[in-house]
Amino acid sequence: MIKGFIHSTESFGSVDGPGVRFLIFLKGCDMRCRYCHNPDTWEKNCGEEMTADELLDKAVRYKSYWRKDGGITVSGGEALLQIDFLIELFEKAKEMGINTCLDTSAQPFTREDPFFSKFERLMKSTDLLLLDIKHIDSAEHKKLTGQPNENILDCARYLDSIHKPIWIRHVLVPGITDNDVYLKETRAFIDTLSNVEKVEVLPYHTLGTFKYEEMGLTYSLKDVNPPEADRIANAIEILTK
Amino acid sequence: MSREAWRGFEDGHWNEDVNVRDFIQRNYTQYDGNEDFLAGPTEATDKLWGELQKLQAAERANKGVLDMETEVVSSLTAYGPGYINEDMKDLEKVVGLQTDKPLKRAFMPFGGIKMAEEACTTYGYTPNPRFHEIFTKYHKTHNQAVFDAYTPEMRAARHSHIVTGLPDTYGRGRIVGDYRRVALYGIDFLIEKKEADKANCGCGVMTDDVIRQREELSEQIRALRDMKAMAEIYGFDISQPAKNAREAVQWLYFGYLAAIKSQNGAAMSVGRISTFLDIYIERDLKEGTLTETEAQELIDHMVMKFRMVKFARIPSYNELFTGDPVWATLEVAGLGMDGRHMVTKNDYRFLHTLENMGPSPEPNLTVLYTSQLPETFKLYASKISVTTSSIQYENDDVMRPIWGDDYSICCCVSATQTGKEMQFFGARANLAKCLLYAINGGKDEKFMTKDGKHMQIGPEYAPITGDVLDFDEVMHKYDLMLDWLAGLYVNILNLIHYMHDKYYYEAAELALIDTDVRRTFATGIAGFSHVVDSLCAIKYAKVSVVRDEEGVAVDYKIDGDFPKYGNDDARADEIAVWLLKTFMNKVRKYDTYRDSEPTTSILTITSNVVYGKATGALPDGREAFKPFAPGANPAYGAEQNGLLASLNSVAKLPYEYALDGISNTQTINPGALGHDDDERKANLANVLDGYFDRGAHHLNVNVFGVEKLKDAMEHPEKPEYANFTIRVSGYAVKFIDLTREQQLDVINRTCHDRM
Repeated sequence: MIKGFIHSTESFGSVDGPGVRFLIFLKGCDMRCRYCHNPDTWEKNCGEEMTADELLDKAVRYKSYWRKDGGITVSGGEALLQIDFLIELFEKAKEMGINTCLDTSAQPFTREDPFFSKFERLMKSTDLLLLDIKHIDSAEHKKLTGQPNENILDCARYLDSIHKPIWIRHVLVPGITDNDVYLKETRAFIDTLSNVEKVEVLPYHTLGTFKYEEMGLTYSLKDVNPPEADRIANAIEILTK
Repeated sequence: MSREAWRGFEDGHWNEDVNVRDFIQRNYTQYDGNEDFLAGPTEATDKLWGELQKLQAAERANKGVLDMETEVVSSLTAYGPGYINEDMKDLEKVVGLQTDKPLKRAFMPFGGIKMAEEACTTYGYTPNPRFHEIFTKYHKTHNQAVFDAYTPEMRAARHSHIVTGLPDTYGRGRIVGDYRRVALYGIDFLIEKKEADKANCGCGVMTDDVIRQREELSEQIRALRDMKAMAEIYGFDISQPAKNAREAVQWLYFGYLAAIKSQNGAAMSVGRISTFLDIYIERDLKEGTLTETEAQELIDHMVMKFRMVKFARIPSYNELFTGDPVWATLEVAGLGMDGRHMVTKNDYRFLHTLENMGPSPEPNLTVLYTSQLPETFKLYASKISVTTSSIQYENDDVMRPIWGDDYSICCCVSATQTGKEMQFFGARANLAKCLLYAINGGKDEKFMTKDGKHMQIGPEYAPITGDVLDFDEVMHKYDLMLDWLAGLYVNILNLIHYMHDKYYYEAAELALIDTDVRRTFATGIAGFSHVVDSLCAIKYAKVSVVRDEEGVAVDYKIDGDFPKYGNDDARADEIAVWLLKTFMNKVRKYDTYRDSEPTTSILTITSNVVYGKATGALPDGREAFKPFAPGANPAYGAEQNGLLASLNSVAKLPYEYALDGISNTQTINPGALGHDDDERKANLANVLDGYFDRGAHHLNVNVFGVEKLKDAMEHPEKPEYANFTIRVSGYAVKFIDLTREQQLDVINRTCHDRM
């Protein structure tokens, strides 16, 4: 059985997918988002090694809280970097009747094999994706995350083509994504998709900055404050109304 | 008796005998709809509540006490009528105050004259010196009697706080009269029934039991007559049953008022009155004599009265139970034995008082929860939690099989069958200190004799002398020391309750309870999670002992990781279950006063701070004299796997071994519960369903962030914090009424947050 590299788990997640959810954070990410509040998940091939069975044994201890909507959400890091493990985890979860949700930036997405056929298989046991669009403009995306966004937007289009439900999530960062032009472009892109069930605006926060200090890293958004309430309302208006 | 008062009700056994449950089951109307029918506050409600808020502000400004009685000993008929505001008295739909003025604290010497006097002098009042003479020379008080009988060992245990919070300096409380009886039957019928019981009491052979019962029945009958006289002072004749909803609310409140005029128990609960009163309101609504707005006004005004209950307390009491609580606990919802839910419109109305008049710690609103309640009601209750943090939840599914479907909560979390039971409240034994006694051979780690030696409080067993604690050795010695503690503790309580019955008998409350009363004997546990984690540390890590010159262990050094209670980790949780069962079984070995049934609880109120202060460093790494975790909560910082893992650990404790309650208080950051209030209420209902389906007993739910607490601590003068209510172990308080030490304690507790 494949083992996954786990950063941590959380018994009570209620803002990462529908209902009450067990959250699994996998290790490893190739993006370097400047606002990332979990830089401790970046490094690959380390952390606690667990099998799908071990994780699910832990997860089902919280089944009584899930009721009709809840289940498990796998996040990261970037979960798709451990796609073989993810396939095993979700397929076993579906056998147990557990609702599965994948929180991803889609950065590893490509229509090339071997990734693509694995992704196609994974989607068969995935109920919902929380897809982060970090920035609609590819050049800006690269400045913000270190990676371009063409394959990410392509992933959204692919998911649309197979009618896989997604929630789009967009982090609102003053001076970077909080810009009406970009927000409207993002909206225009979302409008081309028919599989979007929900759009969530996540206001940028600074709660993870202490981790940078602990890890001896420089936090490049030191001078950026969380967005004001009116800007949040504006983004919600543009992206969701 | 006129049957007119019972018009439209379905007859049953309740017609002939006092049987309120039968009346309720035959007559209540379930409500499955949502909260849209609810009415806002009337002008009268706004005016009166505005007036009361002014008085509460004046009380706060006056060091927490607005006014105190110094000349009159409290009784049912000691005062003429009193109103929130004499000029607005016509606005009050429900009348009756404890004294002649709102928020004025009565003088109640029967629990102990010293305490009654100290309460006055603490706040700058001087009681009439004649009372001192009367209650020392001519009439003995409960406190005096208890200290007359205490053994030196008992006094020492009390001094070291291995048993603490004992009801020997205050009324034991926790007796819930069935106040509904006053409304349903009127006083004359109740007197008639008690007279009949007295005529039937004993065969003529005067044993202790018979003599005592006859005397108590006479006192009860006298109290019932006094209730009538008390109501007459306000212009009401309660000798006959209530004829409509307004009378039912008023009659019932008079029953409760009699209790709080005559007793200053630590908990003076109201009981399960919501469904009962709904029957009267439904009838009036049908007859067209009451509107929904008027119905809500009745409930609002009644609740306003429950928000006004006050007692004169001494500083040591306030340390145990901070924030001036009275536990006017009042229940809503629950399920009947026949499977029908008991949610009525009135259950919504009571919760709605928190919207009409804002959040409040009293009455201590308690939802008797089961996942089988209507979804609409669950969501409404969750919404009220999210917006006010003022209500608590208790698992009807674990209580109903034991207490039936007409139990009340008689304190913070403890169930009692309404009108059929009373409780001997017993505070708590400090099981964490007991562990230290096991290690130190009964020597106290903190309290010293006059010549500077550690006091020998427990039996002088051989102490542990090794440098590293050995699990088996500690367990063996702990078992022996727990035996000693359980025995001493039960006997202290036997003595206290004997004297309480003799010198401070609750005639008014027991007059509204069946003569053949069942008694429970409620022991309690403090320091629970610290004992569990300490034993885990000793078992799974390496714990070295640091001793002082006298050879007494005063600190511990821990090497290595160990499992902790609060993470759904079987290794720790098994020890938790073992500890509860072991203590309960030890308590069971001893004779308990008046053949009462022993129970225990894991709840501490705010006394976790006081218990902690008296207890040295523990092997789990808790520093000396720092607060314990409250109730059955995991220790601060122990919870590493989130809210649900913590809840799972607590849910493993078997309620059957802690029938007095297992209190758990959790604070959830709104941002971690959902993006908006709709998501939050749905998610909270999911959490409650999941937790209680696992067999857990109780949950206090707070929904706010630490930032709000910090701001309220620094800026208590901000108007938005005047009524800012938080749930602590088993009750609610206004945050600004806590001492700074306790505010910091609350802030330091785990707030379930997510990044």
